[in-house]
Formats: sequence, structure tokens, C-alpha cells
Amino acid sequence: MPQEYRLILKHADQPGYTPDLACYLRHGGYESLKKALATPGRDLPDGKKQTPREVVRDDVLKSGLRGRGGAGFSAGLKWSFVDRRGGKPIYLVCNADESEPGTFKDRQILHKDPHQLVEGMIISCWANDVKLAYIYIRGEMPHGARLLNKALEEARAAGFLGKNVLGSGHDIEIHVHRGAGAYICGEETGLIESLEGKRPYPRIKPPYFPAVLGLYMSPTIVNNVETLCHVVHVVRLGGAEYAKLGTPNNTGTRIVSLSGDVTKPGYFEVEVGKVTLGELINDPAFGGGLKTGRSLKAIIPGGSSSKVLKAGEKFKLRRKGADGQMTQVEVDLLDLPYDFDSLQQAGTMSGSGAIIVMDDTRDMVDTLANLSEFYAHESCGQCTPCREGALWMSKALHRLTTGGGRSADADYLRDIAQNIQGRTICAFGEAAAWPVLSFVKKFRDEFTARGQADEAARAKGLAKPGTHH
Amino acid sequence: MSNAAPNAPAPTAPPPVETLRIKVDGRDIDVPKTMPDWQGRPQPTTMLQACHLAGHEVPHYCYHPKLPVAGNCRMCLVEFGTPAMDMATRKPILNEDGSVKIARSVLPYEPQTPRGAIACATPISPGMEIYPSSPATKQMRESVLESLLINHPLDCPICDQAGECKLQESSVQHGQGASRFVEAKVHKPKAVDLGPRIVLDDERCVLCTRCVRFTKDIVGDDALGIVNRGSYNTISAFPGKAFDNNYTLNTVDLCPVGALTSKDFRFKMRVWFLKETRGICTSCATGCNITIGSREETVHRYEPRENDAVNGTWMCDSGRLNYRWIGRADRLRDVTAGGAKTTWKAAIDAIAGKLASAPAGSVAIVASARQTTEELYLVKKLATRLGAPTDSVPREGEADKLLVSADRNPNSNGARLTGISYTEAGIQLPRIADGIRNGTIRSLVVFGEDVTQHGIGADLLAKLELLVASDILPNATTAAAHHVLPGCAAAEKRGTFVNAKGRVQRFLKAVEPKGDARPEAEFLLELLAGVGAGQFPATAEGLFNRMAGEIPAFAGVEWARLGDAGANVAV
Repeated sequence: MPQEYRLILKHADQPGYTPDLACYLRHGGYESLKKALATPGRDLPDGKKQTPREVVRDDVLKSGLRGRGGAGFSAGLKWSFVDRRGGKPIYLVCNADESEPGTFKDRQILHKDPHQLVEGMIISCWANDVKLAYIYIRGEMPHGARLLNKALEEARAAGFLGKNVLGSGHDIEIHVHRGAGAYICGEETGLIESLEGKRPYPRIKPPYFPAVLGLYMSPTIVNNVETLCHVVHVVRLGGAEYAKLGTPNNTGTRIVSLSGDVTKPGYFEVEVGKVTLGELINDPAFGGGLKTGRSLKAIIPGGSSSKVLKAGEKFKLRRKGADGQMTQVEVDLLDLPYDFDSLQQAGTMSGSGAIIVMDDTRDMVDTLANLSEFYAHESCGQCTPCREGALWMSKALHRLTTGGGRSADADYLRDIAQNIQGRTICAFGEAAAWPVLSFVKKFRDEFTARGQADEAARAKGLAKPGTHH
Repeated sequence: MSNAAPNAPAPTAPPPVETLRIKVDGRDIDVPKTMPDWQGRPQPTTMLQACHLAGHEVPHYCYHPKLPVAGNCRMCLVEFGTPAMDMATRKPILNEDGSVKIARSVLPYEPQTPRGAIACATPISPGMEIYPSSPATKQMRESVLESLLINHPLDCPICDQAGECKLQESSVQHGQGASRFVEAKVHKPKAVDLGPRIVLDDERCVLCTRCVRFTKDIVGDDALGIVNRGSYNTISAFPGKAFDNNYTLNTVDLCPVGALTSKDFRFKMRVWFLKETRGICTSCATGCNITIGSREETVHRYEPRENDAVNGTWMCDSGRLNYRWIGRADRLRDVTAGGAKTTWKAAIDAIAGKLASAPAGSVAIVASARQTTEELYLVKKLATRLGAPTDSVPREGEADKLLVSADRNPNSNGARLTGISYTEAGIQLPRIADGIRNGTIRSLVVFGEDVTQHGIGADLLAKLELLVASDILPNATTAAAHHVLPGCAAAEKRGTFVNAKGRVQRFLKAVEPKGDARPEAEFLLELLAGVGAGQFPATAEGLFNRMAGEIPAFAGVEWARLGDAGANVAV
């Protein structure tokens, strides 16, 4: 029986658990910080010495921790890219701009256990020689910002934060910065621009890789809320022990946000790769199945920008056998292990860990029109393909859902989306294009049928007035 | 076009330039490892710069060599490849024929689809292959252009930019013949009054942010920005604030489309009718290089002309708009003697006669630092022949950090080098005034200045036996003069100015002088002959070369070698 495995949310939903420091301390809070600060240096077999900070960074690398924000990039590798020799200050920024439609995991941490994030940030600051860190929190989460500020004050008063953290001689300060309500501020370089007080236009890479030219043109680490919380547990368990959670290359746990047409939507923390999409949707421990009399139509597996998966699809996954040999296995949609690599091999991504389930009552044209409207609204407009293409797709879909469709609209939409993906400054281009590309490809019949119906109606003079521009 | 000073002392041999070998469209080329960025600092050479060296211009909107790179228009996306590397051995993978295998750039999540990189911001690397003409590159350009055009009003027939519009040009070169767009266009503000000199059409804007970056990073006035988001993005000044610094009109030049237009120029003239002449701005001692746009003897606009030794690609608004007086209706057109129209021959004969017979020390000459170096050289010859004291009139204002010089004369250094004025211009003027007052100076020749504004009042002018005034526009001095000789604006003649930093720069004639007006050098030659001061070459070239042979500061400089960018002289 698949079960939740609560690491991050171990205490958060327990009765009587409150977001204040005293409660966090009663539950073993800040012990990982103490452990990190007490980490001894070590001699490596090749004669080199590792400083205590390098030991902790190495542990994070060995833990296999991958970013929980969307891209799933190795946190330890990200830390290793930081320019530590340039003499500039290093900044840590916590990305708490959780905005991907369908995603509601970081807010559980922010609202229920803010000290866990603070502890993870203090450890990460110490391990990376960071003296100043920021939490960039989504503007629509004012309560979270209040709780974070209170948590920071408590941590400061208790000596976990501020001058000379726990007598370590290291000064660490963390500030909360509230966004103003733009999805693009979740893109790390857009976030950095916004933090600098500018319009959140993502930066071009090269040359502005945050690890080298980030906040205030200084090396900067941007990590997601959940990722930083995992650092607490990596330190507590040790990297090697942490890596035993989950599956190889997809270690640890992650919080899945499950929404849409399931009987029991919600968030569930699971070991990565140990449960399948089908279990997450149907098991009583998780989504509890579809509503009575409905059948599965589609799944958006990793936040609204991930490519949609169609019920009945089969995927070829590469699996490493016990003998180390790679073999190919065919897996049904519902048997896909919910992890980074399997979903990537299935042509989509686990993204922000948000699963949106759609049953047979859903109209795919209407659904895509809704998604596209979001991306057209949230495109920052900096670069041409996304600025013009996102709204173009949204307008075309609006036309298609209001009686002005054409049978050729499926190809029309595909062509527009193809001219966006891979040609923009940031990954928003993909986020806007992928839903369109995948919906149109996998549910082409629905798009064509809508267009043909509208054409037929127009031919008979039945078109609603004013629906075609 | 070289910007190097031809007479600059030969520097010690420059260090050999480190190069990288890459391929552009299949042809090997060695390009420097670093090239100047927008501030002139060496930075890794970009694909766009490398393609330029290979003779392939990558189309672009947001990129400008003198502005920070933005990378937002995506027009310069090019397909490329890099040597394939064996991750295990860290060695290049070879083809069967032994050549290095090239891994073409592809989308990481869709390996069958080529991925472009923006040429403006992507550095080259050893062995890189750039494919600026490949089908994938062409398709990327087509798609970006299509995106730029879907919400564009396509109002070219009434757009001032038509004829010099990058959107038009790229559409012809890289665009598609038809549009697939069937949706409603986005509508944005039209004819926005951005400031006293600028009108903005937001629908034409391609949001390249050149104007924003220029105004913020070059001028230091963070006045422009973008409001709204996505396809509704709109260039704007701060609400309630006018876009009003002395460099706003550069944004009109920078704007690749017809979004930013000059109130002074809009709807006045189709640009394809304009004749373009290389000139020098006369509004201060910086000597910004300009292109004069004229049609049928009327000047319609000045635009900055690139010269990295002087003005880069910019000029100030006040200099740019300082041309309308050239066409003023009250321009001096007639040669007059005692208020009556006469001929050049009669006037020059009469003046030469009077000056030749004037006792030594009784003649003074006030020249102008707005005159060409060649004219000043001839004036000095005249003064020497007559034993006359000379000076020019100083004109001071406030300097700014970018281009405007405190010296508002275009040729103060020319006046100094030719000996018309001393280091401090104008110190002779009180002595000339005293000389008139006490009767020692009885003849005064004035070029291009109203001396009544500079300490030689109408009362003193009235005491003179002979007052000759050569000028362009009427003033109190020309009104008091016995002889008036109509002269030319810089745009009506050829010559040189020496700027504040000692850059001698030539300018060419754009329009014909008004009425009987002639270039001053022409009648100065006749005057010099008339007073027996000798013969001089009749052309600007000849005069310049003669002068350069005489005045040590100009040693080694020749008109023909000045080129379009000028040369440095010691000042």
C-alpha cells in the first residue's frame, strides 16, 4: 500500500502544531543548524582537506537533492557553480513566489512551519558563506509574509540569526521581500531584477547566470522553499542516508499538489519515484479516485506548463536493472512512477509537483483556452516570440471557443507555439507553448471538430454575430 | 572608414591580436578573441560581431553597438554548432574523415529541432560553426518578423520612418509575403506627446528598449520605461513627467521603426527625397559629426553621423535643431554699400582700395570662431598685411557630461591656431574699442559677429571711417556698416573646424547660398589680392593644404587625408 512519507510536513498538520519558535524547538527545531555548525572538516583520500562548509556542501551534493521549484536541477551542483573567488558577496535567495497554476505546496510550509525554511536558509547561508539572504514571497501571500517576518524575529532573538549565529562567528541576515503579483517573478533572474527594484524582466544567459552575475551582479543562489527545507533533513540524516529516500537519481521526498477531478484533492508528501501517477490519483491514501461514473481523460503532471498526458498513453522508459544494464520497458500512464526522470522520459516533466486531473467531462479546447489566457496575461512581454505569441494563441483559442473556429486552427496553434519554444529569453516561452503543443497534438480531434462545426455553422449563415474578428 | 588619426604618432607595434578560428556559413575565418563592447571595453567576441567580420550582417532590432545588450528582439537568432565532445575522455569526437564532428544546437527536450542563440549576446568559442543562412535560421527570422508584424499597424504610407525603417527592410529581406494572423490587433496609444520634441506611436513600437537604454545608460536620465505587460507592453515616460533632456532626439534615430518621431521633422518630408551631406555641427566646440538632410536647397534635418573620436553616434537636441535659421527669410542676400545694393566687384574694389591706403595701425579686424579654419587663415593674412590687431568673440555656456562643450564656438581652436585670437579669446576686444574711442583705429572689418553685443557699441561704430561687416543675418553691426558682404552658413560651403580636443574635421556643402551670398573664403581671396597680400589657392582643399604647410600644428595633415573622421592636431 502506497503511503505518504512525511519529512518536510512531518509536524505541520499535527494537532496543536503552531508556526512559532517554541513549537518548532519542541519538535527538534534548529538541531540541524547546530549540527551543521559543529561539522568538523575532513581529510580526503587524495590528501586534500575539506572545510566544515565544504563538507556540508558536499553532503548536499551527495544527497542527490534536486530542486523542487520546477526544473529539478541538482541543488548541490547549483551550489558548486557559485563564483567564490571573485571577492563579491554571495547572496542566497529563497524563491517563495509559488505561482504555477495547480501548485500549493510551498504555502503549506510558509503558513504552517516557517521556521523549517528559516533553518534551511541559515544552514545554506552558512555553508555557502552567505551573509545576506532574501525570501522573495508571492504578493498574494500576505499572511505568509507576516509569519515569515515573525519567524525571523524569533530566530534573531534566539541567536539563530543576526550577528554571530550561535557563537559561530558568522553573521547571517534574512529579509522578506514581497512580490507584487506577477508569475514571471518566479523565474529566477526575473525574481532577481524584481528584488533589485526593477521590472522583472528575466536576464539573458549568457552572461547573467545567477551563480556568477546574480543579485546586484554578485554570485547568487536561488532555491525553492521546499528545496531549502530539504537541506535541514540532509544535514540531519547525512547526505548518504538522505539519498536512500526515494529512488536513485530521484532522491528524497516531495510534496505533490493534487487537484482537478479527483474526489480528494490535496497535498501529499511522498518518496520520489516510490508512488505512481495512478496511485496518486486513485489510492485512498491520496486522491481517492475519480468521481463516480467518470473516466480519466488527461493529466497535467507537473504544473500547468507541463505537457499534458492522455489517458491510455503508453511510454517507453529506460530502466537500470540490478546488473547495471539499461533496458527499455513500456509503462502505462497510470503506472508512471512520479519522479523527475520518468516524467521527462514520458515527454513531460514533474515540474513543481502539481498534478491536475481531468475527467471525461472536460472540454480540452476550453481547458487550453483557460490555460493560454493565463500565460498571455503573465507573459512579461520582454522578448518578441512570447510577447506576441502568447496573446496570439490565447486570442485564437478564444475565437475557437466562441464560435469563430476554423478546421485549420489546430495547425495554426501548433505553428505559433513552435515559434515560441526555445526562442525566448527564459523558460516562460516553453511554459506558454507546451500546453498548446501537447493539447493540440494529443486532442487534435477536439480542436478540429470545433473548427469544422463553426465553419459549417458559418456556411449556413448561423454564425453568431460578432464572434469572428 | 578609419577613425584613426592619420597624423597620430605611430604607436609601438600593437600586440598581436589573439584570434579564434570559426566557420561562418561554411567558410573558415579567424576572428579576434575579444572585441569592444558598447563601452569600448574588450569582451569575448559575439557571434554577431564574428558574422559581421565574415561579411554577413545578422538582422537585429534591439542590438546597438553603443548600447548595453538587451537580447529581447530575438531577430538575431542564428543556428550554430560546436565541436562535439566525448564527455568521458573530454576529447573532441571525430568524423570518419578525421575532421572534428560538430554538434548542431538543438532543443534539449526535442533533439530533432534546431535551437538558435541570439548572436548579439552569445560569445564565439573555438571551432564554433555559425549558420546565419541556414533554413532553420531563416525560419527563426521569419517567425520573429511575423510576431513583430501581427500587432503592427502597417501604416507605412503615412509613417515618417518609411524608407529608413528596419521593419520594412527586414520584411523585404527576411519576411514572408503574407500574414496568417486573423485575430484582432492590440490597440495602443497613438500620437503620445512624450515631451517637447518627441511624439510616440505605441502601436508601431517593437519594444526593443533602445530608447530606454540610451536614455538611462548613456544620458543618465532614467526617464523612460515600459508599463503594462505582455503584448500590451507600452513605452512610457513617468506619468505626468515630460521626456525632456537635451538628448531626446537621439531616441528617434535609435528607434528602428516609426514609434518615436521628431516633432520638428514629422510629416515634413519623405526621407527618400533627402540629399545627405556630411557636415559638422556648429553649435559648440565638440564638433559633432552630422548628416545634413536637404532637398532643393532647403535643410530639413540634422542627424548625428558616427565618429567614435568625437560624438560616437549621438548629438544633442539643441545642436540638432539649430539649422532653421539657415532658411530664414531675412538672410542677408545683397552686397550693399551705404545701404544700396551693389556688385561684389564694386564692393571688393572699394574696400580694398580704402584698406590698402589706410595708415598702418588704423585698421582692426574682429573675426568669428564660427568661421572655417581656412577663412580665419585668410583673415590673418589680411591682418598681417594691414598690421591690424585681430580677435574673435568668445561664447561660453554650460558644459554637460556627454557632448555639449562650454565653448559654444565651433572653431575656437581654429582661431587660436591661425593666430586670430590668443589663448583667451576676446581679450583684444576692449583694446580695439579703446582704439576706436581714442581715434587710432579708424577702420573696422567684422566677420560674422555683432560687435555691439561685445563691447564695441553703436556709438563707437559711428566714429569709424570704414566699417565692413560680413555676416549671414542682419544685426546692429551690419546695420551700421558702410559695406555689407553677405556670407554663408557652414551648410552652404566647404571647410574645416578644429574642435575643443584638437580634432580638425572637414565638412561639405549641402545647399546653395542665398541670393548673392558667397563663401567668405572666395571674397577674402579677392580682398587679399586687392590689398596686395598675394595669391592663395582658390579651393578649400588648396587653402587647407597651404595652411597646413605653414602652421606647425597642422604639420603632416592634408585635406585628402582628413577623411570623414578628421585628424588630431596639437592645440
